[in-house]
Amino acid sequence: MWWMRRVALRRLGAGAGLCAAALAGLLRPLLAVAAQWNKTAFEAQILADALKELGLSDLEESADIVIKAPEIAENGAQVPIELSTRIPGAQAIYIFVDKNPQPFAAGFGFMDGAEPFVSTRIKMAETSVVRIIVGAGEKHYMASREVKVTIGGCGE
Amino acid sequence: MAQPIRMRVKLVGDEADVRVLIEHPMETGLRKDPATGEFVPMHFIQTMTATLNGKPVLEAQWSRAVARNPYVQFRIRGAKVDDEIGIAWVDNRGETNSATTKVPAPH
Repeated sequence: MWWMRRVALRRLGAGAGLCAAALAGLLRPLLAVAAQWNKTAFEAQILADALKELGLSDLEESADIVIKAPEIAENGAQVPIELSTRIPGAQAIYIFVDKNPQPFAAGFGFMDGAEPFVSTRIKMAETSVVRIIVGAGEKHYMASREVKVTIGGCGE
Repeated sequence: MAQPIRMRVKLVGDEADVRVLIEHPMETGLRKDPATGEFVPMHFIQTMTATLNGKPVLEAQWSRAVARNPYVQFRIRGAKVDDEIGIAWVDNRGETNSATTKVPAPH
C-alpha cells in the first residue's frame, strides 16, 4: 500500500540523527512522499474510481470502526471528524465524502507505535455519506454514516 | 511562505497524545476572491508526516477537502519524556515546513 512502500524507502536513508539535521532529515524523505501523492485517486470524481486506484476492494462492513462526527454540521468548511478502530493490525484510515466533487478526502498511514486513531476537520460540499475505510494487512473494512450539512464548504 | 506549525503533546501513560495546528489556506481553487471576482488558485497541503525521534509514525496524504488551517490529533504508543516529535508537510506548490517538539513530563 502507498504508505508502506515509502516507509521501506525511507529506512534506507534512516540512521542519520535528527537534531542538527532536523530540517534536512525531515524534508528529504518527504519530498519522496510528495512525488507519490496519489493524484489519480484524489482527482477521481467517482467514488468507485478512487477506490480502484487505491486498491481498496472486497470491503467488509465493520462495527469496529468508530466514527465521531456531528449529525448536523452547520459549516461544511469545518466538519470535525474523529476516527478510531479496534481492528487488529489496522495500518491505514481513509476518509471519503461521497458527494464531494472529488470523494477521496484524506488517507492516514500508521506505523511504529502510532495508534489507528486520527481526529481532523474536513470540508463537505453538501449533506453526504462519509465513508471510512480501514486497511489491515491485505484486508479492508468499511463503516459509514451520514452528516447533514447546512452551509456547504465547497467554495472555502 | 513558511506558515507556523503549533504542536501540543500530552503524555498519558506510555502514550503521547499529539495535537497539531498548521496554518495554511488550503485553497480549493473553487473560491472566488470577493475583491476581484477571480477564482483563488488551488493551494493545499498534499502530504504530512509525523515522526518520533526521527522515525515516521504517521503519513498522511490530503486533498483540498482538508479544512483550512489543518488540525490533526494522533497518538503514539511507547513515547517517553523528552522524545522528539516532528511534523513536516509539503503542499501542491512545493512549499514545505517542519517543526519539532519534545514530549513534556506529565503534570
